[in-house]
Amino acid sequence: MKRISILTIISLGLLSLSMLASARQANTIAEHEPPELSVSFQFEEKTGQALFEGICQGCHMPAGEGAKGAAAYPPLANNPKLAGAAYPVYLVLKGQGGMPAFSRNLNDEQVAEVVNYVRSHFGNQYADKVQATDVAKLR
Amino acid sequence: MQQGEHITRRELLGWIGKTAGAAAMYRAMTSLSLAAESTFDASYQLSQAPKGSSILILGAGVAGMTAAYELRKAGYKVRILEYNNRAGGRCWTIRGGDTFTELGGATQHCQFEDGGYLNPGPWRIPYHHRAILHYCHKFGVKLEGFVQVNYNAYVHSTQAFGGKPQRYRAIQSDYQGHVGELLSKCIQQGALDQELTSEDAQRLLESLRDWGALDKNQQYKRSLESSLRRGFAVHPGGGLMPEREPSEPLDFSALLESQLWRSIAQGQMDDHQTQIFQPVGGMDGVAKGFERQVKDLITYQAKVTRIQQSDQGVTVTYDDLSSGQSQTAQADYCICTLPLSILSQIPLDAGGPMQAAIRAVPSNAAVKFGLQFKRRFWEQDEAIYGGISYTDLPIRNIAYPNYDFGSSGKGVLLGGYIWGAPNGFEFTSMTPAQRVAKAVEMGAKIHPQYLQEFDNGIAVGWHRVPWSHGCCGVWTQESRAAHYNNLCQIDGRIVLAGEHASYLNAWQEGAILSALDASKRLHQHILASKEAA
Repeated sequence: MKRISILTIISLGLLSLSMLASARQANTIAEHEPPELSVSFQFEEKTGQALFEGICQGCHMPAGEGAKGAAAYPPLANNPKLAGAAYPVYLVLKGQGGMPAFSRNLNDEQVAEVVNYVRSHFGNQYADKVQATDVAKLR
Repeated sequence: MQQGEHITRRELLGWIGKTAGAAAMYRAMTSLSLAAESTFDASYQLSQAPKGSSILILGAGVAGMTAAYELRKAGYKVRILEYNNRAGGRCWTIRGGDTFTELGGATQHCQFEDGGYLNPGPWRIPYHHRAILHYCHKFGVKLEGFVQVNYNAYVHSTQAFGGKPQRYRAIQSDYQGHVGELLSKCIQQGALDQELTSEDAQRLLESLRDWGALDKNQQYKRSLESSLRRGFAVHPGGGLMPEREPSEPLDFSALLESQLWRSIAQGQMDDHQTQIFQPVGGMDGVAKGFERQVKDLITYQAKVTRIQQSDQGVTVTYDDLSSGQSQTAQADYCICTLPLSILSQIPLDAGGPMQAAIRAVPSNAAVKFGLQFKRRFWEQDEAIYGGISYTDLPIRNIAYPNYDFGSSGKGVLLGGYIWGAPNGFEFTSMTPAQRVAKAVEMGAKIHPQYLQEFDNGIAVGWHRVPWSHGCCGVWTQESRAAHYNNLCQIDGRIVLAGEHASYLNAWQEGAILSALDASKRLHQHILASKEAA
């Protein structure tokens, strides 16, 4: 994580990418590019945003607002249950109820990235970051 | 086990056959699970229910309707609560004029014409799924053949043969032919002398000529024999048409590298072997067949919000979606067939083991596309009538309609059927329009006509289906060992059924067998409770 944030600061390309990302977030759903499709049998998304848009928003919806049908997908937006990072890490790894377990499909870095992304977007402002090593301990 | 004490299943059957006759042997084979693929008992019949006993069934899918049909027949007072305004659940067909709103609010208006349809859920019924076939026959559900293997369909890899799709029959023939030639060489060079007697070696060589379409020198090459399998470069004609010309097999190394052999075994799977069926006009023919039997028992648009039980009976609270009113339904017992993705969020009075089991089975991702084209170019240009093409692209496959062959009108095909991670989740995460656009873009790599002929399409991502929140229950070996029995056990006055409570997950056969088993056990439990009282 530390390496990535340093790289982000020194690399103009990545900086503009992250600016683009926040600009996209402000856009409406319809203007979003479709998520990338992995060509191998593994999720190839690397950034928290790409992982969220390729996996999580299928149920939790593009603005993390959740959805209600015969049952409900809980909102990730403004969700106080995300205050402790271990809880979302555990749910992503192990699943619960309708939520599938992704421990076989995502590596430690990917889980950390997507949890950090969700905990710092959609009205969630948790400053502490999960490291891949933290994820490994919860596997 | 000690040598000599060991008796094989085959020896045991031989002994039973000799001493007790064929009928006894068949029964024994059945109990040793050799002969009958389904555990369905065609003579299934519940004995008389105690007078006045009532059973509330949650969900009017094929599981719920099977239970309702059999329990009413036994004399129970039965009622079904169903979320949708139609019966069938995941046994579902989308046709022109239908509207589907997924979770998140995106609404698709299906514009299919000329009888085209999409079965977003189940789409095929293998011949050995005896329970569902039993009810189809009984309820007058008309069936037609489902083409699983079409030798003229494609197998395609973006990484092989310049991305040019290959015919299934060429890949299968060349794979068998090259393997047959290679194995022949091993035998002829004595490499298998330890394993084979010389008589068996000769027989094997002969069988490899037959199996692999080898010539008399045990070689697989451009020849009459190989072309009779893989097709000719110039097909035989009549009159003064050009003489037939054999075709050139693919290079073995290129074939191995292509990985296209991966698609060949699909049709050899037990679940995919000929004969397979589909209901005429769409899979919901099954739903409608059941619904005709039990329609008077169903309360539609009932969203279950709470399931309570006591010593006295079961009380289910539900929202009447047409009026917005909260209502209750009461009965002596309850069979709940709601998908676990739904049930896990409904307050339920049940013991810890069942609760834990309900929460241990997540719901899988699956996506299907129905694409309408202005004409049936796959038939007209490529002579592909029904069946499935396979690809390494994220759409995974294209399945052609197994009905109305030769129609000059528009045609609807299945533009992809994706299961699980990663692409099942990724496609679900798109908007319906994005899904369809991707399916068209990718399918065009196999059929360039897509770009010219595409008319309209719809896409269903099962995690966004409001009444199922996923396509089917996903068990692992560990979760099955820890929770399966607890899921299926009767808890007080409640028992669960559905494909998730079976070993045939995602198959309607699993849902029906589970419903039959749950109904039978509940019935026996009710009779025993009455006797004890």
